[in-house]
Amino acid sequence: MNQALPLIILATALVPSLITFFLAEDRVWVRNALNLGGAVLKLALVVFMLAEVGRGQVYQTEFELVPGLSLVLRIDALSLLFVTLSTVLWLLTTVYAIAYLHGGKNLPRFFGFFSLCVFATTGIAFSGSLITFFLFYELLTLATWPLVVHKGDAASIRAGRTYLGYTLTGSAILLVGIVWLESLTGPVAFAAPPQLAGLDAWSLRAIFLLLIAGLGVKAALVGLHVWLPQAMVAPAPVSALLHAVAVVKAGAFGIVRVVYDIYGIALVQEIDMGLPLAAIASATILFGSIRALTQHGLKPLLAYSTVSQVSYIVLGAALFSQTAVVGGLVHLVHQGLMKITLFFCAGVFDERAGVHDIDEIDGIGARLPWTSVAFTLGALGMIGLPPIAGFASKWYLGTGGLEAGQPWVVAVLAVSTLLNGAYFLPVLYRIWFREPGPNAAAAETEGPAMLLAPPIATAALALAAGLFAAAALSPLGWATLIVERQYAP
Amino acid sequence: MILPALAPALSVAVPLAAAFLAVVAPRPRLLVGVTVPAMLAVMALAVLGVRQGGPLVLAVGGWEPPLGIALVADGLSTAFLVATALTIGTVLVVALPQFPIRQNETRAGWAFWPLAFLLWAALNAVFLSGDLFNIYVAIEFVTLATLALVALEGKAKQVEAAMRYAMFALFGSLAYLLGVALLYAAHGTLDIGLLAQLPAQDTASLVAAGLITAGLAAKTALFPFHAWLPPAHAGAPAPASAMLSALVPKASFYVLLRFWFDAMPEAAGAIALQLLGALGATAIVYGSILAVRQNRLKQLVAYSTVAQIGYLFLVFPLAGGSAEPQPWTAGAWTGSVFHAVSHAFAKAAMFLAVGHAVLAAGHDRMSAMDGLTRRMPMTAFALGVSAVTLMGLPPSGGFTAKFLLLTAAFASGQVLWAAIIVLGGVLAAAYLFRPLARAFLPDRGRYGTVPRAQQALPLALAMLSVVLGIVSAAPYDFLQTGRPAAAEEGLE
Repeated sequence: MNQALPLIILATALVPSLITFFLAEDRVWVRNALNLGGAVLKLALVVFMLAEVGRGQVYQTEFELVPGLSLVLRIDALSLLFVTLSTVLWLLTTVYAIAYLHGGKNLPRFFGFFSLCVFATTGIAFSGSLITFFLFYELLTLATWPLVVHKGDAASIRAGRTYLGYTLTGSAILLVGIVWLESLTGPVAFAAPPQLAGLDAWSLRAIFLLLIAGLGVKAALVGLHVWLPQAMVAPAPVSALLHAVAVVKAGAFGIVRVVYDIYGIALVQEIDMGLPLAAIASATILFGSIRALTQHGLKPLLAYSTVSQVSYIVLGAALFSQTAVVGGLVHLVHQGLMKITLFFCAGVFDERAGVHDIDEIDGIGARLPWTSVAFTLGALGMIGLPPIAGFASKWYLGTGGLEAGQPWVVAVLAVSTLLNGAYFLPVLYRIWFREPGPNAAAAETEGPAMLLAPPIATAALALAAGLFAAAALSPLGWATLIVERQYAP
Repeated sequence: MILPALAPALSVAVPLAAAFLAVVAPRPRLLVGVTVPAMLAVMALAVLGVRQGGPLVLAVGGWEPPLGIALVADGLSTAFLVATALTIGTVLVVALPQFPIRQNETRAGWAFWPLAFLLWAALNAVFLSGDLFNIYVAIEFVTLATLALVALEGKAKQVEAAMRYAMFALFGSLAYLLGVALLYAAHGTLDIGLLAQLPAQDTASLVAAGLITAGLAAKTALFPFHAWLPPAHAGAPAPASAMLSALVPKASFYVLLRFWFDAMPEAAGAIALQLLGALGATAIVYGSILAVRQNRLKQLVAYSTVAQIGYLFLVFPLAGGSAEPQPWTAGAWTGSVFHAVSHAFAKAAMFLAVGHAVLAAGHDRMSAMDGLTRRMPMTAFALGVSAVTLMGLPPSGGFTAKFLLLTAAFASGQVLWAAIIVLGGVLAAAYLFRPLARAFLPDRGRYGTVPRAQQALPLALAMLSVVLGIVSAAPYDFLQTGRPAAAEEGLE
């Protein structure tokens, strides 16, 4: 069972994906049943594993492909944090996507690749070695591209090209880093970090830079972020997937693995890479927020907000403090919940009222109250208002910064919070307090349930994650468990 | 266990017999229906035989070398035999409706079949020959069949391409033959196994090695001898292109591999090896850049072959040259074979799939791809999957190959080659995603279609290249059968 369970969980996403590709367009029910069934089954299995891993169980499966290239699947507490997030959000996003794309074209292709993305994301979370991580990371790139270009118009194709240009170059750099590292140490497994202490510091720095640069493309670090706002042309469920569940998270998750499970935070400090990484993360946080201020479109605003927020995770990993790591890890979940809420809502605003730009949103709260409430919760959470989840992340990050002897982190967080407020509050003001504009006046009523339930659910989860942060099974509780178990010095 | 011992002879005899039958009794359906399953069975026998008993050696007529000639099937040759059988087998089934004989008989429809079977027999003869002169004869047959396949439809452009190929191939043959003659004069044998035991540092041997290498490089279309390949492969009908691009360059590369690693492992100087690597690297970069600039689908795929052939030659700087095998030697050597095999599957699949797209659209401009994911999803998928292998992305045999080569490059401290390998992958993405992206566009205009069963075949072939990446441990071990023990150790 311990050997098979990771494979079974991977199969819950892979099998529906492969079957979906070959279904005829009009077999809607089979397709939906497969995808939802896979998602529900996976959720059940993940809940079971949460309980087992919580009691200290570790799952591992390994087989060798060629000498030096082994596929290692290993489930530890950190894997589960990411998998649980992606599983819950996959289920909700599938529900949402079914309603959102209802009656559209090329849906077998869409849902096929959608499930394939989830398969790849799960694989990333389960990866027990660096090269396994790379295999799934690259598969994720390939599986998301057809989703980005799904609409098939010139803008999508252009966005797809930018996306691939950045991500494939990033993976190439990552691969060089991995092979270089493994040529010095042999295959690198996360469970047994390689002995790096005796190696030449400059090689270690160069490899670290290659790894972080390769991962930083997906994590949208400043300068490598260009693909992310462009990829906004994709349908709303895809944006939700890219921003909250899969792509940017894969990059951030990878950075956490590199810093903690390969180098170890102590060594990162020793070769003087911790501070530069924290600085880049901070720069990204501020840069994303400032760019968000100047956006007219709702989705571009959310995109730049993602650029900014994902770097909280990187910042947490870069600081030499347990509290900061907890903050970073928990933000992986918190940002996911809040950001997916915002994207779901943006999709509903678009679908029901034709809202694309911020100035079209005036007075929409009266017409689409539930969606607007969910959006408001998400936005306030992003700003960091207690008791919504985002507050806990920022609190831990700030405290961690002080612990690590880097008080400037608090300043970065404060400025970022002000900027978050500066770009989100005007939108909220327009939603609730402006007279209904033409879009609101022409808006259809709220509904169908399948479009409405997912954002409400994620907003509620974001609120609950903040309210019950002290509970053992809250994201915060779990992140603390990870740090105590794996990264305690 | 007499049956496995016969497998080498059968794998040449069966397609050869089919070639003769195709001339006297042209019934392609029947011939393909019998030959392909029969050959697959022979392949299964060969694999079983090699796995259980090590290399199969058949001294033709009972005469042992140096008096007679031997057919040798070790892990390497069997791998190439199997790859050839799977590729040509699929190609022939796809070709059936494209080269009908009964209705409106054409020269192309009639001539394709004997030529294809002849090519198969000749390729297998190359892979099995344990003797340099025997290889010469077999390679000449490969060249002849290729030449005729390029000129098959008799259009002016194709004949011109065939002529150009003939020039390069003739030069290659002459150089090779001269080299072989020199070797024979110096050592009195051309048997690879016997040559390996002789000291080979004398001038005659080195000149011979240079001539043989140049001749084979011309036939492999290694930069700067690549100019014949794109017009020839793009001009031929798609099923012919599939065989030509996937297998024919591999035959001469296979001989190079045998020559440098088995016949004269000690003759190679560092400069020669680095030079071969540099030519390969140039081919990767230059071929990819030219591929990006093509506006015709088949031209693009053909230029991609120029680039992909370059990877094969990185094996020389990475694994060749020292008398003492290094820990990374086996990895690099196996990596290049993995690359050759997975490229064979992927490139054949790509040419067949492009052929279907072109059939449906009636032309091979980029717009033949428009809306392909909707019109012909399986063909689009086949293209996508084979593109993954060509880009060397996981999970695919192309990735396994690239990983092994990269690892060897770092382990041996030759970082420049590592950079080229990685750059080549990014460039491959640049030229392949252009047509692939168009498959997502809406289609304008009228398109025909291709039956689903036909579309499934290239997809199956493309999936083989992926399977090779996932189930790679067994092929890896199999390839080491018959290699010197010291060279089998991999990097751990």
